[in-house]
Amino acid sequence: MPDPTPPGPLLTMTGMTKQYPGCLANDHVSLTVERNQIHALLGENGAGKSTLVKTIYGVVKPDAGEIVWEGRKVAIQNPRHAQRLGIGMVFQHFSLFEALTVTENIALGLASANDRIGLRDRIVRISNEYGLPLDPARMVHDLSVGERQRIEIVRCLLQNPKLLIMDEPTSVLTPSEVQKLFVTLRRLAAEGCSILYISHKLQEVRSLCSHATIMRLGRTVGTCAPAEKSVKELAEIMINMPLNVLAPRPHAARAAPPRLVLDKLTIRSPHYFGSGLENISLSLAGGEILGIAGIAGNGQSELMDALSGEILADRPESVLIDGVAAGHMGPHDRRRLHACFVPEERNGHAAVPTMTLSQNAFLSGFTRQALVRFGTIDTKKTSAFATNIIKRFDVRTTGPNAQARSLSGGNLQKFLVGREILQNPAVLVINQPTWGVDAGAALAIHEAIVALAQAGAAVMIISQDLDEIFALADRIAVIAGGHVSPPIPMRDATIESIGRLMGGRTATLEEMATAR
Amino acid sequence: MPKIEPRGTESKFWRYAAPVLALLLTGVTSSLIFAAMGRPPGLTVYTFLIAPLLQQDGIQALVVKAAPLIMMGVGLSLAYRANVWNIGTDGQFTLGAICGGGVALACPDVTPWVLFPAMMIAGAIGGMLNGGLVAWLRIRFNANEILTSLMFAYITQYLLVYLVTGPWRDPQGFGFPQTALFSDNALAPRLIADTNVHIGILLAPLIAVALWFMLEKTLLGYRFRVLGQATRAAKFAGFSENRLVWIAMLISGGLAGVAGLLEATGTLGQLTTNLSPGYGFTAIIVAFLGRLNPLAVIPAGLLLALTYLGGDAAQINLGLPNAVTGIFQGILLFYLLGCDLLLLNRIRWIPAR
Repeated sequence: MPDPTPPGPLLTMTGMTKQYPGCLANDHVSLTVERNQIHALLGENGAGKSTLVKTIYGVVKPDAGEIVWEGRKVAIQNPRHAQRLGIGMVFQHFSLFEALTVTENIALGLASANDRIGLRDRIVRISNEYGLPLDPARMVHDLSVGERQRIEIVRCLLQNPKLLIMDEPTSVLTPSEVQKLFVTLRRLAAEGCSILYISHKLQEVRSLCSHATIMRLGRTVGTCAPAEKSVKELAEIMINMPLNVLAPRPHAARAAPPRLVLDKLTIRSPHYFGSGLENISLSLAGGEILGIAGIAGNGQSELMDALSGEILADRPESVLIDGVAAGHMGPHDRRRLHACFVPEERNGHAAVPTMTLSQNAFLSGFTRQALVRFGTIDTKKTSAFATNIIKRFDVRTTGPNAQARSLSGGNLQKFLVGREILQNPAVLVINQPTWGVDAGAALAIHEAIVALAQAGAAVMIISQDLDEIFALADRIAVIAGGHVSPPIPMRDATIESIGRLMGGRTATLEEMATAR
Repeated sequence: MPKIEPRGTESKFWRYAAPVLALLLTGVTSSLIFAAMGRPPGLTVYTFLIAPLLQQDGIQALVVKAAPLIMMGVGLSLAYRANVWNIGTDGQFTLGAICGGGVALACPDVTPWVLFPAMMIAGAIGGMLNGGLVAWLRIRFNANEILTSLMFAYITQYLLVYLVTGPWRDPQGFGFPQTALFSDNALAPRLIADTNVHIGILLAPLIAVALWFMLEKTLLGYRFRVLGQATRAAKFAGFSENRLVWIAMLISGGLAGVAGLLEATGTLGQLTTNLSPGYGFTAIIVAFLGRLNPLAVIPAGLLLALTYLGGDAAQINLGLPNAVTGIFQGILLFYLLGCDLLLLNRIRWIPAR
């Protein structure tokens, strides 16, 4: 960076406040990022991290507070202004056009047409320099999520940023990709680009970041050097209570008869750029928890829909629930066979946000709980069922007449998992059981899943969180590009071996890219 | 400067106050328009909204006008709650009248105990046929029902014009585009002798109550509501979207068909090209004014019926063009949709800097 660097921190924020309707997202938050620093921003979902970084990037206008950038007070108007100041951001959700090439996508984000001159060569140079292999001519829809993230990083680096903000960058990466990303980030920091790193993966933060600012409920609650604290200590600062961990349990013996069998299940994805499922064969015994690991977008939601009956299988025999061929049955009939499901998306899929908890209890519960009498809804019984879920799963709400959308993510998830578990399923399939859920609720959900398995149900958990699978599952399989690897017992699995399987398709593409 | 910001939750107060505010704004705006046309606004609004009720038989005329609007509005409420945007009720209304009227013209001498029920069934089938075609096009070809149902409304209107100027024209009708008068056996039974007050006036509120019960209390109604609020959740629950689209189009189409038949046999006594002065489109306003709640559709239907009577009165007494009714209805729908902004948002005044 040619310009002389003025002394003092790169970025100082004090008293940042942002009020959303019904929610104080940032309450006098302060943050200081030094030069050459990899700084972690820690906190649970809803702690206000995203709002704070969106303020830095000019997406959100703060109600109050002062931002000092390189010693000068600034009011950041919009993302373009932030970019001119030297701030780049890689969002958790990418903004890429699937049907365009890498170069075309990057060109679209540029401020002026002049910047497009020699763009291809600059992309190649930067991507080689920082170990971010990219083929500029490839179409985005052919690329893995890890490669797509590289496009976003390269797009930022083209602007010569002094601060790079990364929002949960590793949630879409395999363990080996994570290590490569860290090498790149350390190198960037050494060369003068500070990194603001948002994550809730504490082990990663400990190994990567030299400083951390911790947020809770919209406030800054402390700063520390993460390497000097244990993961448990960091987590306890985040949630402000002692962290309980799941008690270890004996792994189930596989003597019980199978309750859920998939036999060469093949599905074509209904979405143009979605993944299909190819030749999936699995068998789950009663009392067993099978974990399906994998990076987002490798067929998890298709697998979930194929199991719940939202997508029908090609042959009836490719899905057997307690020995009954269910491949051509819809969700209603599969529930009759004692199978229950919790999809990933809470709002609008597992629940209707604008309906009450009672009405949402009815949504998937009316079949097995017999909540319909002569074609009409038995409101008394439905309300009792909802009340029971609320009580048994400690759902914090005003009661069964509260709208689903008024609940926090963790509470709604407890309600939805409770709704299925209280139906005594023989087979339970959960996609991302604790996605965006606070630590207390996550523990409650994990305990409920284990108790259900111990009562004899076959449970499949599909999760991007390897720690979760390692804590819960008896066996683990990996989904990559619509294929599912043969399950292996948990004691034979290592993070490295699972990580390699998660890479699946990605590894070969990478080899192709480096070979060229 | 006004600033619009989201409330976060739906306001209970504005849920009921928004239609009232829309009505007030409509009154103010239409007064301004009347004033611009050189008519005293007070007198015009009086002539438009109050005078028709004070006339002899004013109430009778009002309920007769309201009955078809309520029947169609109720059917539309159901469809719209399920996100099925049937815009072509006017066509379903017309086809119902054509089919039922066809039965009446074909066998005028059959005893009314057989003939009229047969006509009602034919009317319902006509409306369902029109609505069913729309459902089939959406399900089979993913064709947008807003466009197809609207286009069918025009097709049906031309079918009616063809019939009453061609094969069905009354040979003794001096060349007017109309059929022969229906026989007495084929007229809608009257509730009060020698008036237009026909059984539709009784039927409309009964249908509204029945559909309200269906929508709010039964599993089928729950399916419609879930489909309208979260399509994926409906799939998760195992509700078939296609089946619900079929049912919604058949019910809203069928009710429009019956309404059309009752209009033809209850007030006109024959088929003419002027069968529907846009009743099907007015029913859309009725459904929204009633907040897509079948019970609230009843007063909404009465109010919109009043605008038709008021339009006639304004034409006769003040020499205003007939288009006044359409203008008034258009302004009302505009404000209704606009005031819904207040349900989820609040407006705050921020002093200009």
